[in-house]
Amino acid sequence: MKEAIAGTLESGDIMVTIGPGEGLQVDLQSSVAAQFGRQIKAVITETLEGLGVKDAHVQAIDKGALDCTIRARVTAAAVRATGKDVWKD
Amino acid sequence: MFVPGNNPGMMADAHIYGPDSIMLDLEDSVTMAEKDAARLLVHNALKSIDYGTTEMVVRINPLNTPYGRKDVEAVVKAGVDVIRMPKTETADEVRELEAEILKVETEIGRVGETRIMAAIESALGIVNAYEIATASKRMMGIALGAEDYSANLKTNRTPGGAELLLAREQIVVAARAAGIACFDTVYSNLDDMETFRKEVELIKTLGFDGKSIINPRQIEVVNSVFTPTEKEITKARAVVAAIKEAQAKGSGVISLNGKMVDRPVVLRAERTIALAVAAGVIDKEEVL
Amino acid sequence: MRNTKVVSLEEAIRRSGLKDGMTISFHHHFRGGDKVVNLVVDKLAQMGFKDLKLAASSLSDVHKPLIGHIKNGVITGISTSGLRGELADAISHGLMKEPVVFRSHGGRGSAIAKGELKIDVAFLGASACDELGNACGVPRSENAKSICGSLGYALPDARYAKHVVVITDDLVAYPNMPQSISAADVESVVVVDSVGDSSKIAAGAIRDSKNPRDILLAKQAAKVIINSGYFEDGFSIQTGTGGASLAAVKYIREEMLRRGIKASFALGGITAHMVKLHEEGLIGKLIDVQSFDKVAAESIARDPLHQEVSAVEYASGEHLGSATHALDIVILSALEVDTDFNVNVLVGSDGIIRGAIGGHQDTAADSALSIIVCPLLRGRIPCVVPKVTTLITPGKSVDVVVTEYGIAVNPARPEIAEKLIAAGLKVVDIKDLAAKANSIIGTPDPLPFGDRVVGVVMNRDGSVLDKIYNIRD
Repeated sequence: MKEAIAGTLESGDIMVTIGPGEGLQVDLQSSVAAQFGRQIKAVITETLEGLGVKDAHVQAIDKGALDCTIRARVTAAAVRATGKDVWKD
Repeated sequence: MFVPGNNPGMMADAHIYGPDSIMLDLEDSVTMAEKDAARLLVHNALKSIDYGTTEMVVRINPLNTPYGRKDVEAVVKAGVDVIRMPKTETADEVRELEAEILKVETEIGRVGETRIMAAIESALGIVNAYEIATASKRMMGIALGAEDYSANLKTNRTPGGAELLLAREQIVVAARAAGIACFDTVYSNLDDMETFRKEVELIKTLGFDGKSIINPRQIEVVNSVFTPTEKEITKARAVVAAIKEAQAKGSGVISLNGKMVDRPVVLRAERTIALAVAAGVIDKEEVL
Repeated sequence: MRNTKVVSLEEAIRRSGLKDGMTISFHHHFRGGDKVVNLVVDKLAQMGFKDLKLAASSLSDVHKPLIGHIKNGVITGISTSGLRGELADAISHGLMKEPVVFRSHGGRGSAIAKGELKIDVAFLGASACDELGNACGVPRSENAKSICGSLGYALPDARYAKHVVVITDDLVAYPNMPQSISAADVESVVVVDSVGDSSKIAAGAIRDSKNPRDILLAKQAAKVIINSGYFEDGFSIQTGTGGASLAAVKYIREEMLRRGIKASFALGGITAHMVKLHEEGLIGKLIDVQSFDKVAAESIARDPLHQEVSAVEYASGEHLGSATHALDIVILSALEVDTDFNVNVLVGSDGIIRGAIGGHQDTAADSALSIIVCPLLRGRIPCVVPKVTTLITPGKSVDVVVTEYGIAVNPARPEIAEKLIAAGLKVVDIKDLAAKANSIIGTPDPLPFGDRVVGVVMNRDGSVLDKIYNIRD
């Protein structure tokens, strides 16, 4: 796995950086951390588990993204980091 | 309404402005480096966001690029209503897309649900408009993409749109002959609502069913041009009432104020009522 | 001149008889450009004062140096309409031992008039003042630097404070008239280089919002007004300065022209938009407690039908003569509205103070029709919630809530709901709006509040409405 980034710092988006790590470690910065931090981390972890990623260091800077956006950005970063796409070639 | 496919903020609430249809774009508004991310974003948005009754369209990348087939897989799996095919030039290309859609639909057990809209953006596409319009049962409409088309003609866009006249008429004629819908191209100067209104009036006169837009601020103008006037609605209602009366009597002849009503008049009245319902001026239940 | 009151700031403070433990007051007409609060409190600290209570009509980002003065014990109490920026953040985290007291503009005026809020020394910035203390917020010479227009929020202080010091950066020849603050109420005049940063006092012309969501909300708010039953010749109106509020004025204007309807007056914070309608003859009079932009400040200086009003006469709940009692329609914003129509405009949904009560409580309570305009969601922050973080304006004062997902009408006003439905507007149950927000963003976790009270929210009648607790990181 190499380090990869997906997403932007625009309002409603989340910028996700995924790199090598042991186990799933998630660092989250969010403007809504108090109320949604727990849920955002859960979505990140579930998405990575769904993709079979068990070891990764994730840094996420959230700008109020919805869950569907978080899933999309985490998946995009993971695909870029692992080189394994979710779609057929 | 066009919405860039890599902008989650705009995708989250595009439907609140009440467009009839939202087109999430994976093609020209997304850079090559972001095609993969936008595809995932559009896929997840279609699956999760409640767009209500808004028709959801995705403009994919052409199948002859490295992105097109993955785009089809991603959006069909997310249950998109319509795939807009860019730069369509021949009926074969439509059939190729149709096969691609069928492959994914078969995999997920949702055969026949995804429809196609073909964007015609070149001289060759205009020449083949009728063949394109009739290439697939999934074809719901054809649309003009004027930027590429005028470049292909080796001319420029002008406010009056003289350079687009043949293309527009050809598209309307092809669509009508094929029994499908037709949509006009976008107008990009958001600060000139007057010219935009004139363009919408022109394309309505030409026979288009709707106009592509790039910003919610343009919705009101399109709706106001396409919404029938009160006088038109009253007249259409009278015709519809006459149809019902004739049906009740079991008569094949529809008459209004002692005169026989021709078939074109009936069709126009039905279209007026449909437009009025679409614009929200009259209630759906009222007409039933 | 014979009887000049002009002295240095230090001398003015000495003459005022100010002692530790007393209350000093300020107005916020210089908004984000204010230099008076920091200048005076720095001087008081330098002179060794401690334990002072600061009663401002409002405080903003620019007042963050107060953090230092709170830490060193110069300021031990604050009352204000609002707090923003780093000062608000520090107070939310428990900077002060004594809770901040929050009052509406009308509530503050009443409290001062009734003697509930006793001011020992008022330090009032003015754009122009003569040697005897006749002061105003409009330009009176070519040297005028800091123009704010109305001085409405300063007038209760000038009238009721035991001792009044006017601070100006433009000393003009006697008599400075017409004056907002009368020499009869003023003990000292202090001349300084600058009372405010003019670029931050009043914006130039506020440009029309191009944000499609603001435009959508504005159109809906305008439709509510037009179809509410209150849109008749001679109606009166107040609006805020948010993008949606200003855009709504544009659509209301179009409908006034179409129907040939005129408004009798516009009230409150006055903007260029209102001045334009007034000058077109669509609004008879402007009653101005705060001039929000340059155009409004210039208009109040020259137009006899554009009048300054004190906070008491503007919005006191206890003075029958206050203007809000005659107000038909008000458009207000909100950080949060709950399913009982209660509104919060003070505490963010992160639990940190980031706003001001302003005239919200006052105008909502007294107007015939109060309309709250707010998006259902700001990013992932819900604005329609089951229960507001902090209660500022009670739901019984709120009639209509306009969001991009539909319009909710207070069940106490069924006749308004009926009219809006008849006009084809999308009227929904406010509980459905809260549920819609929840379905899009999920249920937020509770905020990590501590058990120390950092703020007390007063109702405009002087009773306590709610308490704000410290927020933990």
